[in-house]
Amino acid sequence: MCPRHPRHLPIFTHPGRSVSELGMFPELNNLLNTSPDRAEQGKLTLLCDSKTDGSFLVHHFLSFYLKANCKVCFVALLQSFSHYNTVGQKLGVNLTTARERGQLVILEGLKSSADIFFHPQEEPHPLRFLRETSAESLQPLYEFVREALKPVDSEDTTWRFPVLLVDDLSVLLSLGLGAVAVLDFAHYCRATVCSELQGNMVALVHDSEDAEDGENELLLNGLSHQSHLILQAEGLATGFCKDVHGQLKILWRKSTGRRDRSLIYQYKIQDKNVSFFAKGMSPAVL
Amino acid sequence: MLESLLAIGGLVLLRDSVEWEGRSLLKALVKKSALSGEQVHVLGCEVSEEEFREGFESDVNSRLIYHDLFRDPLNWSKTGEAHPGGPLGALRAMYRTDSCSITIAVDSLSWLLLHLPCTELCQTLHVLSHGNSYPGVNPPVGEVRVLGLLHEELHGQGPLGALSSLAQTETQWFSILPDFNLDLQEGPVESQQQPSSHVPLVDPTTHLTFNLHLSKKEREAKDNLTLPFQFSSEKQQALLRPGPGQSSSHIFYEPDVYDDLDQEDPDEDLDI
Repeated sequence: MCPRHPRHLPIFTHPGRSVSELGMFPELNNLLNTSPDRAEQGKLTLLCDSKTDGSFLVHHFLSFYLKANCKVCFVALLQSFSHYNTVGQKLGVNLTTARERGQLVILEGLKSSADIFFHPQEEPHPLRFLRETSAESLQPLYEFVREALKPVDSEDTTWRFPVLLVDDLSVLLSLGLGAVAVLDFAHYCRATVCSELQGNMVALVHDSEDAEDGENELLLNGLSHQSHLILQAEGLATGFCKDVHGQLKILWRKSTGRRDRSLIYQYKIQDKNVSFFAKGMSPAVL
Repeated sequence: MLESLLAIGGLVLLRDSVEWEGRSLLKALVKKSALSGEQVHVLGCEVSEEEFREGFESDVNSRLIYHDLFRDPLNWSKTGEAHPGGPLGALRAMYRTDSCSITIAVDSLSWLLLHLPCTELCQTLHVLSHGNSYPGVNPPVGEVRVLGLLHEELHGQGPLGALSSLAQTETQWFSILPDFNLDLQEGPVESQQQPSSHVPLVDPTTHLTFNLHLSKKEREAKDNLTLPFQFSSEKQQALLRPGPGQSSSHIFYEPDVYDDLDQEDPDEDLDI
């Protein structure tokens, strides 16, 4: 039974046994008309959540790209490695194994931020801005990403294409950076990962309910304009419901010549799966 | 319609939103300019050169000169590829004193507005489109047109207003076909390039089964009604001009119809 959890607390789940070979959320793949073996390249996908927890989308894309045999750089600022690993196992991927064989490079924000303050650092740390009085840019973090994803000739296995996953960008605003600095970081990552290396980038931004938060609005709108695909998870306007956890709006952008397409579905998060249905068509009410 | 947009020199602002992207319109205008024999310079900040050139035929692409501010605009790679003057220098370098007509497409003004002070950007745009005020610089001989893409959600009213005052164009409803030709449709004319759909204002009281409107007599009766706890003029006068011997505070109570004032002490029968 998957409990409803507030956004900012760590999620406590029971480690379940490894589920089906499919992994990820197959219904979401159908809605997005994609699968691990025919994923598009060179795209930026923006995940955003409002009045609900959209982290199930992060877990989906993490397991999706690991299944697709891509090299993944995961900037995990919100939760610990073991949390993502636990949820990943329910979705059929083992993050520890992926990390050991070089498929997954993970930057654990929670752990490494403590390292900055309590252990001496020789080379520049990706999260160096935490120590700086006036944090101006995320260039060290970008260098970390570029280093992690650049093609290495000596590797035995060749991965399909590189993927950058960030959970999440709003945390960087809370840590004192300006929206333009975070947008610049996203710009450089997009230029390197999507354009130069023909890989994909997925980032989560929280849509704060606070209308006064201009910086978050700027970050969200700025990234929306750069994205090819936007997935917006929203809580229901009427409040909490046991059978419908929220609504997912899918917006395809930048399809040259065609009008941008959008779909809206409602969803329910279960223990190892998320089921999607058209608005008002939840099995509980039919 | 494209001809009318391109006939005016100066700054043409294309304002778009997340739901209605404007890059296709920018590319349509670029294609039209290129096909009419002009040289087109593109200052690209938001998309790569390959992505911008996508969809253009070779004759358009050959007339298109792409100035790359996308790969390394802030000189983070330190390879020396970035423009020495930064984004502002790159924008100023677009100033041309050639004799032919040129079109400068800026993709996007929003990116520049986030990284440069608004005043400097406006001044540079004005010089680019009108070609004066730089001392010692010759004005351009040919006609210069600047097309700027602007994402309107990213900026406040101040910068938007400043840029709008520099521009002078009208717009019409349109749709963009896959090969970047424009298909003109009948529709309302607005003061900015704003391809957003407008919801017509609907009066919610028109189709109700009950009456929400007041007749003249009802309205008068409503206005003349004194509310039960209204501060009446008698009370007001008494408070403003306290009479002699009224130094302590008084309670002014106006009983209404339903009050039952009983002067007896209700606790009289208590044996304390």
